[in-house]
Amino acid sequence: MKKVKVYVTLRESVLDPQGSAVMGALHSMNYKEVSDVRIGKFLELQIEESDRDLDTTVKEMCEKLLTNTVIEDYRYEVEEVAGK
Amino acid sequence: MKFAVIVFPGSNCDLDMYHAIKDELGEEVEYVWHDETDLSGFDGVLLPGGFSYGDYLRCGAISRFSNVMSEVVKAAEAGKPVLGVCNGFQVLTEAGLLPGALLRNKNLKFMCRTVGLKVENNETQFTSEYSKDEVIQIPIAHGEGNYYCDEETLTRLKENNQIVFTYASENPNGSIEDIAGIVNEKGNVLGMMPHPERAANDIMGGSDGLALFKSIVKHWRESHVNQA
Repeated sequence: MKKVKVYVTLRESVLDPQGSAVMGALHSMNYKEVSDVRIGKFLELQIEESDRDLDTTVKEMCEKLLTNTVIEDYRYEVEEVAGK
Repeated sequence: MKFAVIVFPGSNCDLDMYHAIKDELGEEVEYVWHDETDLSGFDGVLLPGGFSYGDYLRCGAISRFSNVMSEVVKAAEAGKPVLGVCNGFQVLTEAGLLPGALLRNKNLKFMCRTVGLKVENNETQFTSEYSKDEVIQIPIAHGEGNYYCDEETLTRLKENNQIVFTYASENPNGSIEDIAGIVNEKGNVLGMMPHPERAANDIMGGSDGLALFKSIVKHWRESHVNQA
């Protein structure tokens, strides 16, 4: 069993108004050193062993459903889940 | 002419769409549930507004994999008119039937009001009953209607005259080039954020939307007379 952590953010070229609002708030709280805030999504998938290649499957799922590649970028990490 | 109004779990403008077709336009219309697998008996497909699948993940992301969507793709490929309004527009972009995507409104607010729309292209089967550059009053109601596409796509949209409606004065959502509605390259799939079905009779506050549906029927009648 693997745990796959998928991080989704808006592409660099896409404005993130939520991120800008949060950065404004941080600046008003005197954290002036913050130069950018991007807000995204975090998905955690538990994936059973199968004969399909894990990377291929995760990429497929990301590109078909989990993200919209017109506006979003993703990256993921794979962790071993200790067997019972 | 017989229309299908596709109903997803969470659609909420399906009744308005049905009413506009049946009572205002006087054409045949049926509701079609999202897990149906046959649209062959219909001449046109309407994807209504709402919050299909609760907008979970992204607007339209889950609906796009409904059974009926492969039928909608078939209908589009066969050249039948396909109209997606609001959430319907979001579903069409997710399904790849229209380029680009709809982002959160720039001001992060849900915008609900009547806006002026400029008819940029009146040579489509959806807009022939309008004049070019005519400004019509149509209600909007969305939180994620900020149309986005990359530069290359935008150039293509302009070259092919695919930008059908733009916001006439104030842009409510920050969309690129004030875009409110676009068609596909073939011109038979229209996606738009504003709701023409909510402006189908003066008693609703305006009837500027009715000409859109009349245009569809006119085009359909003409092409079927020619075939006969």
